[in-house]
Amino acid sequence: MTFESKTVVIPIDNIDTDQIIPARYLKSISKEGLGEGLFRDWRNQPDFPLNRPEAKGAEILVAGDNFGCGSSREHAPWALTQSGFKAVISTSFADIFKGNALKNGLLPVVVPQDAHKELLAAPNAKVKIDLASQTATLPSGREVKFPIDPFAKECLLNGVDELGYMLKQDPAITAFESKHPPSINTRA
Amino acid sequence: MKPRTIVEKIWDSHVVSQQPNAPALLYIDLHLCHEVTTPQAFTTLRERGLKVRRPDLTIATMDHSTPTTPRNIPIMDQEGAAQLAQMEKNCADFGIPLHNLSSNKQGIVHVMGPEQGLTQPGMTIVCGDSHTATHGAFGALAFGIGTSQVGHVLATQCLLQTPSETYAIRVEGTLRPGVSAKDIILAVIAKIGIGGGTGCVFEYTGSAIRALSMEERMTVCNMSIEGGARAGLVAPDDTTYQYIHGRTFAPKGKDWDAAVERWKQLPTDAGATYAKELTIDAAALEPMVTFGTNPGMGIAISGNIPDPAAVADPIEKSDLIKALKYMDLQPGKPMQGHKVDVVFVGSCTNSRISDLRAAASVMKGRKVSPTVRMLVVPGSQQVKLQAEAEGLDKIFRDAGADFREAGCSMCLAMNGDQLEPGEYSVSTSNRNFEGRQGKGGRTFLASPLTAAASAVTGVVTDVRKLPQ
Repeated sequence: MTFESKTVVIPIDNIDTDQIIPARYLKSISKEGLGEGLFRDWRNQPDFPLNRPEAKGAEILVAGDNFGCGSSREHAPWALTQSGFKAVISTSFADIFKGNALKNGLLPVVVPQDAHKELLAAPNAKVKIDLASQTATLPSGREVKFPIDPFAKECLLNGVDELGYMLKQDPAITAFESKHPPSINTRA
Repeated sequence: MKPRTIVEKIWDSHVVSQQPNAPALLYIDLHLCHEVTTPQAFTTLRERGLKVRRPDLTIATMDHSTPTTPRNIPIMDQEGAAQLAQMEKNCADFGIPLHNLSSNKQGIVHVMGPEQGLTQPGMTIVCGDSHTATHGAFGALAFGIGTSQVGHVLATQCLLQTPSETYAIRVEGTLRPGVSAKDIILAVIAKIGIGGGTGCVFEYTGSAIRALSMEERMTVCNMSIEGGARAGLVAPDDTTYQYIHGRTFAPKGKDWDAAVERWKQLPTDAGATYAKELTIDAAALEPMVTFGTNPGMGIAISGNIPDPAAVADPIEKSDLIKALKYMDLQPGKPMQGHKVDVVFVGSCTNSRISDLRAAASVMKGRKVSPTVRMLVVPGSQQVKLQAEAEGLDKIFRDAGADFREAGCSMCLAMNGDQLEPGEYSVSTSNRNFEGRQGKGGRTFLASPLTAAASAVTGVVTDVRKLPQ
C-alpha cells in the first residue's frame, strides 16, 4: 500500500466526529452515500479548505491534534473514504476513530510535531505514504516513520479478513464459553 | 502474583486466546445494541450467512432516532422510522430481545442496561456508542466500538483488542452543596483536556467517588470518552451490590452470594501501578459550565470566559478564537448571566431518576422563564414511570417545562428535538461540539441543578445563588 497525493490541510485541533459527519447523516441503514455528509456544516463556509478547487482529488488529509474525538460512529471513516481519502495525518488520533479507520483502509498516520508543522505549512504539497515501510515522505523529501498496529498492518497489506480470522478461532471461543458460564440471559 | 489494577483483572479473565503478532481475542459478556450503529453490521452477517453467536448475551433498544413525542403519534421522519423498522426486523430475524417503542423498558441504552440489572461488576460490555463507559460505574470494563466491531461481536461474541493503560483519577474530600457528579467529571476533563486519557482506561477512586450513589457514578463514568478514555470505571463496593440486588437480571439466592464473593476480588490490589494519576480536591470544586465547543472548554460557573491572548500555542489559540466566534462569546466576560434559550435535562449522562429529582427540587414552586423552552426527557420508560409516581412530571409541567417520552433526544438532535441556529442551551448532556444539538446551536454543558436554575432565570445561573 503505497500512494502519493497532494494534501488538504485543516489546521484545527480536536476535530470531532460530529464535524466529520453530523448526526443527521446517521439515519441511513447502509454505508452508501455518506461522502456528501463529510464536514457538511463546515463546507457551508466558502473558504473551508475542502471547498477550494485545489483540494479536488486530494487523498491525504492533514489535521490538528486528537483527530476523530467524540462519537464512535464508523460513518466518519466511511465518509472520508467515500470522499477519496486514503490517509489522515495528525499528531494523535482518538482511540475509537483510529480503530474504525484501520478497519476501512483509512490510514491514521501519526507524525512527530516538527513534521506536522511542516505539513500544516504546506497545503497541497505532495506527500508519499508507504505502509510496508511505515514511512511518510514529506514535501521537503524528508522521510518520517509512523507507528501502526502490526496486526492492522498485516490485515491491510495481505488482505486478511479480520472477521474471518476471528471465526477461525471458534474452538477457542467454545472452550472459553464452556469454562465461563454467563451470569445473565437476556432472553430469559 | 504481581499486584493488578481492576482493569488488568477484568482483562486477564476475558482473554480467549492470544496469538503471536495479533491482539488478544477478548470475550464480551454483554452486547448492547441500538438502531443507529447496528444496521450495517447485520447486513454483514446476512451477506456472509452468519448467525448471532450469543443472542442471550445481547439486548437491543431504540433511543437515538427515537421520537420523544407521545407514542401514539406516528413517526413523521421517514428515515428515522425506517431505521426503527429495520431494528425490529434485525432483532426478530436474529433472535435478539428488543425494547421497542411499545415496551415499558425502552430507553437510552446506558440507562436501560443498569436499571434491569444486566450491568454487573467484572463484566466486559460493549456497544456501538462511545458512552458505553457509563457501565463502568459497576466495575465493568465497558467501551464503545464501531459498526465493524459490532459485527465481530454479533458473530463471535469476541473482539480483537490490545490492552489499555490504567489512569487513576482520585477525587478526595467532600463535595459542597450545589456541586454534583457532573461537576466532578467536567472539572476532570477541563483539567486534562479532551485528549488527556487517550489510550487509557480511567479508574475513578477516592473518598468523593466512594460517597457517590450508583447513578452519580454513572454520570462520572459516562463522560470518560470526553476525557479521551474509551472506558472508565469505579471498583464495586456495597453501594454497587445494594443497587444491583433484586433487579430483574441480578443473580438470585446462592448465585447472589457467590457473585458478591467474586465481585469482592475485583478492586485494584495494593501496590498495583498506574500509568498516570491525577488527584482532584472535591471540596474545592464549584458547579462547572462549558463555554466552548468541546467538553474540555469548561470553567467554574463563577469564572470568566478565557482570553485567547493568554494562550501561547498557535493552534490552541486559533481553536479558542474559533470556539468563541461560534459561541459568540466575549473573552473576559462572566458566564453567569449569559442568556439561555433552551434548557435540556436528559441524555445518558443525566436522565436518571436522581437527575430528575435534582432538577425538580429546583423547579418546585418556580416557573420556567418565559424566554426559555425547557425539555425534560427521562432516560427510560422506567425512569418516566418512577418520575410520574413521585409527581415529578407534575412539578415540571406546572413550571412550564415539557416532560417527554424516553430517548437520547436533544443530546444529539437526531430525532427532531433540536436547537435552532444561534440558540443557546444549558444542557445536561455530554457534548458541546458545534452543531451537536442542532445546526448552528450553541451548548453550555452543566449539571441538572445548574440547568434547572438557568431555566428559571433565563440566564446561566449558579443554583446556590437562586433566590428562595
